[in-house]
Amino acid sequence: MSGFMEKSNRRKYFLEKLSGKLFLICAFISVISLALIISFVFFKGFRPFVAEGYNFIQFLLGYDWVPGEGHFGVFPMIVTSLYATIGALIIGVPIGLFTAVFLAEIAPKPIVKILSPAVQLLAGIPSVLFGVFGLAVIVPFLQNYLGLAKGQSLIAVIIVLAIMMLPTIVTVSETAIRSVPQSYREGSLALGVSEMRTIFKVVIPAAKSGIMAAIVLGMGRAIGETMAVILVAGNSLMIPTSLTDSVRPLTTNIALEMGYAAGIHQEMLFATGIVLFSFILILNFILAKISAKGGQ
Amino acid sequence: MNKVKDHLLQGILWISAILTIVILVTIIGFIFLKGYKLMNISFIFGDYSPTGGGGIWPMIITTIYTIMISLVIATPIGVFAAVYLQEYAKQGRLVRMIRFATESLTGIPSIIYGLFGAVFFVATLNFGMSIISASLTLTIIILPVVIRTTEEALKTVPQSYREGSLALGTTKLQTLLKVILPSAVPGILSGIILSMGRIIGESAAIFLTAGTVAALPEGIFSSARTLTVHSYLVTQEAGDIELASAIGIVLIVIIFVLNLTATYISNKLNKAD
Repeated sequence: MSGFMEKSNRRKYFLEKLSGKLFLICAFISVISLALIISFVFFKGFRPFVAEGYNFIQFLLGYDWVPGEGHFGVFPMIVTSLYATIGALIIGVPIGLFTAVFLAEIAPKPIVKILSPAVQLLAGIPSVLFGVFGLAVIVPFLQNYLGLAKGQSLIAVIIVLAIMMLPTIVTVSETAIRSVPQSYREGSLALGVSEMRTIFKVVIPAAKSGIMAAIVLGMGRAIGETMAVILVAGNSLMIPTSLTDSVRPLTTNIALEMGYAAGIHQEMLFATGIVLFSFILILNFILAKISAKGGQ
Repeated sequence: MNKVKDHLLQGILWISAILTIVILVTIIGFIFLKGYKLMNISFIFGDYSPTGGGGIWPMIITTIYTIMISLVIATPIGVFAAVYLQEYAKQGRLVRMIRFATESLTGIPSIIYGLFGAVFFVATLNFGMSIISASLTLTIIILPVVIRTTEEALKTVPQSYREGSLALGTTKLQTLLKVILPSAVPGILSGIILSMGRIIGESAAIFLTAGTVAALPEGIFSSARTLTVHSYLVTQEAGDIELASAIGIVLIVIIFVLNLTATYISNKLNKAD
């Protein structure tokens, strides 16, 4: 009897140990995945600069992208990605932030019940459909009302991206605004400050770090968006000088050419990916700083 | 004077919220109005025909394949990872590293996942442009979602459940399997539903790893196109907005049902507390 108990206990301890190890390995798979992604993308993207004598600075600051002749410069795409992201922020942040304030502070309950699921649904719509909508509605609109020869343009990209980042900005800032302690509002109102002034002078400043996080997350979504952007960007290779120019940001350069690129050309698309990746890393770093500050 | 300013500010808040609704209604209204004419049984269940007029059945099957395969792999890994982080790990460098990696994965754009999938699963592991390459890439994309939602679910399991079970002399594993995980099931389910939404909406990563073959896939090593990729290609190549919108209706209806289910489950979860 005691021998049996011992055996069953031993089995139990063995399973106990094994399961703990299994869980650790599963948890570690995120780390392995991240390491694999970074090393494969960077290895492939850096090879032309290390092994083939291409100059990385020339790649970053070069104006010409002519794969057939061995010219690989992504400067216009970097500029376009930045313009498009900043433009989308200028439109998307105020609308998103004010919608979040509205939802958290002054919206009547029945309206919240409609608006919140609506924002959730907007977040869930596949990004391709924003592109389809942009191409079928925004592009012709710009063509007809601004008299453009071609409606696919930087401004079309900006509008589509602004719409796409809206749900991120609304949900993250709404959470931040709701987490501002009620006592802040009460204190301000008790001093005779009006409701609106309380919201704008007390609540929004108190939710600042959460709102900043919302903006950074929205930027990440905008700078990384691909398929929707291809449909409305026009994809010309030049530095945009006006909002109505046809443009090609970093992401679409990869998606448009990966299908047929080979050799150095393909590796240069990975290098384009590295540039994009670096922007995301910078954004993540800023986000980490913001949330560390918010936690204090 | 201040009164006027207050009204102005309040007006801005209302206008922003109304604008958000108008944008959503316009997009969804547009997709439905453009696409509903194509909607019928043979569109959903019909085979693709390159000359037009065909159905989207191959793309629906491909989408279901990618969802099933990625969930089958990502769910156990993600749930166990969350169990480790919540129930087993001691806070320290290792946990910080795992959390950092998981958060970083969330922020990586889909096109970078596509590049990685193309060089790793398609080329290095030699799976080719195929459903399996796309599904494995998607597995990494949804892993952080599964981990995060499972962690949240585990946090809501009251400490007393664990203590009660352990006090009866059960082992940690028995407590986990018989007590903790069963009470976290609704939370885990809503995480899985969120991941399904993410997979259905994904396009750039699938475009670079599964390719664009528009036929019913013979197996998981066949190249194929999902609904989103199909919607993209018919717009880009043929400018067929009606077809793209009809696919859009299918996608939006699925996402809407998934959202409703997730909300229903999490409401049930909150009531149980």
